[in-house]
Amino acid sequence: MRITQGTFSFLPDLTAAQVKAQIQYALDQNWAVSVEYTDDPHPRNTYWEMWGLPMFDLRDAAGVYGEVEACRAAHPGLYVRVNAFDSTRGWETIRLSFIVQRPAKEDGFRLDRTEGPGRTQRYALQNRAYAAG
Amino acid sequence: MGADAAIGQIKDAKKRYAAGVLKYAQMGYWDGDYQPKDTDILALFRVTPQDGVDPIEAAAAVAGESSTATWTVVWTDRLTAADMYRAKAYKVEPVPGQPGQYFCWVAYELDLFEEGSIANLTASIIGNVFSFKPLKACRLEDMRLPVAYVKTFRGPPTGIVVERERLDKFGRPLLGATTKPKLGLSGKNYGRVVYEGLKGGLDFVKDDENINSQPFMHWRDRFLYCMEAVNKAQAETGEVKGHYLNITAGTMEEMYRRAEFAKELGSVVVMVDLIVGWTAIQSISNWCRENDVLLHMHRAGHGTYTRQKGHGISFRVIAKWLRLAGVDHLHTGTAVGKLEGDPMTVQGYYNVCRETVTKTDYTRGIFFDQDWAGLRKVMPVASGGIHAGQMHQLIDLFGEDVVLQFGGGTIGHPDGIQAGAIANRVALETMILARNEGRDIKNEGPEILIEAAKWCQPLRAALDTWGEVTFNYASTDTSDFVPTASVA
Repeated sequence: MRITQGTFSFLPDLTAAQVKAQIQYALDQNWAVSVEYTDDPHPRNTYWEMWGLPMFDLRDAAGVYGEVEACRAAHPGLYVRVNAFDSTRGWETIRLSFIVQRPAKEDGFRLDRTEGPGRTQRYALQNRAYAAG
Repeated sequence: MGADAAIGQIKDAKKRYAAGVLKYAQMGYWDGDYQPKDTDILALFRVTPQDGVDPIEAAAAVAGESSTATWTVVWTDRLTAADMYRAKAYKVEPVPGQPGQYFCWVAYELDLFEEGSIANLTASIIGNVFSFKPLKACRLEDMRLPVAYVKTFRGPPTGIVVERERLDKFGRPLLGATTKPKLGLSGKNYGRVVYEGLKGGLDFVKDDENINSQPFMHWRDRFLYCMEAVNKAQAETGEVKGHYLNITAGTMEEMYRRAEFAKELGSVVVMVDLIVGWTAIQSISNWCRENDVLLHMHRAGHGTYTRQKGHGISFRVIAKWLRLAGVDHLHTGTAVGKLEGDPMTVQGYYNVCRETVTKTDYTRGIFFDQDWAGLRKVMPVASGGIHAGQMHQLIDLFGEDVVLQFGGGTIGHPDGIQAGAIANRVALETMILARNEGRDIKNEGPEILIEAAKWCQPLRAALDTWGEVTFNYASTDTSDFVPTASVA
């Protein structure tokens, strides 16, 4: 399976040039770029590990891309994403977020059900690798 | 057009309050020198006076009948601060290119309105002037709601920013589809359409406006099967998914019952139709705020009063009221699809939904600066006769904070619903990638789609099926300030 979180998951994995172009776009909007990684891509796992702080003062796409490469090198086989943060009033949130590395084989999720009254089900997603112990 | 002294307010109180009938302007509902206060509620009407009715008197009549006046002088006005409570028409201009029609600006004192009640606001502003005999027709074009009044409303329970954070979806339009056929599917078959669409790549699937609880599918059945589909699709994709469960019902008690069940099943969103009415909308908005559930608003019925520009209410006013009343999603038109919508006029509705301050913009039908005072943003929804081949036009017109809903354009795909969803999602992500890379998507859009279709067969099939479909008819509701052109 292929986890389809992030802005560009339905496209072929982005090339270095494509990633740099998106970073440049984010910098052009005055957004701060950050890099995050995780081994647990559960859709409710909001807080991936931060690869350093958001790069508020780094305005050079090549420099930012260097951090992407460093994170990938330090965490091969994990999920890595690039976020772009907009601090203007009324937004103050991420405006762009896309995956730039994923495991060769993605574990995916198992759907657990617990029977409730009146045919209702309690659903829970479990990361297959974690579930296997 | 300046004030006509002959029909101005009678200042001598004894003459002003003598029993009998006066013109509305003589009663004080016209003041060409009036400077609106920051705290006034302002309204712009388009009126078509009956033959022989002076436009200033027509404007004064609108101000009078939507505030304190009746047809004759009443002495009981003198028991009140009547000069303050009277609405004042303060400007009248002929509508460019529309003989016999006039734009009339009216200012209302803030104290005329109850805080936090769209029902009260509308009872005044559109209460009875639209049936007033001296006018052939009347349309409420726009309103300015002062910050002091805006702050009495809670607004969208979730808003664009929190919705995106809750769904973990950034940087692109959200993608949806309405289940088809609209009526007749059993709960089990209905859920199949939902599952296929979500697994294929949609973020949301939607109940249509008239799906409630009919003989072929009772509402509980629909909710159970839809949530099975949502949860299965989440497991298959690792993405948060949703289905707008339409909780519209005959009574508030029943709507709350359905909302509670949707929440119990873990739905991130519920939906109501505009026809439930303002008070019901504000109540269900409160429920959504208390329960962390998105509120999707389907504008069912609006075309009965928004489409013809001579008479009725502009949708931009409805959008303003709905932002105050508090909805998270609002159908605002597509411009390129099957339903009415001039591109510039539709962009005006989007701006009303999404901006922190909406600036005056006559070409988009916005007549006032509107400060939204921190009220959350409404996510506009483009739905109705759109397909993947129009992706560049949709993103060029509306940007990325919008839900694009391809119903037939997903479910009607020759290779099935999943293929339809893939085609739309690939078209969407391809176009955002290209836009961010600095490409001119408005002009290069078709070739960008064709490039992607080389590696994406479902997109190829979608373009082959619908690539040439356009709905290129003249719009009826256009700004009268610029020459208008249809798109595509």
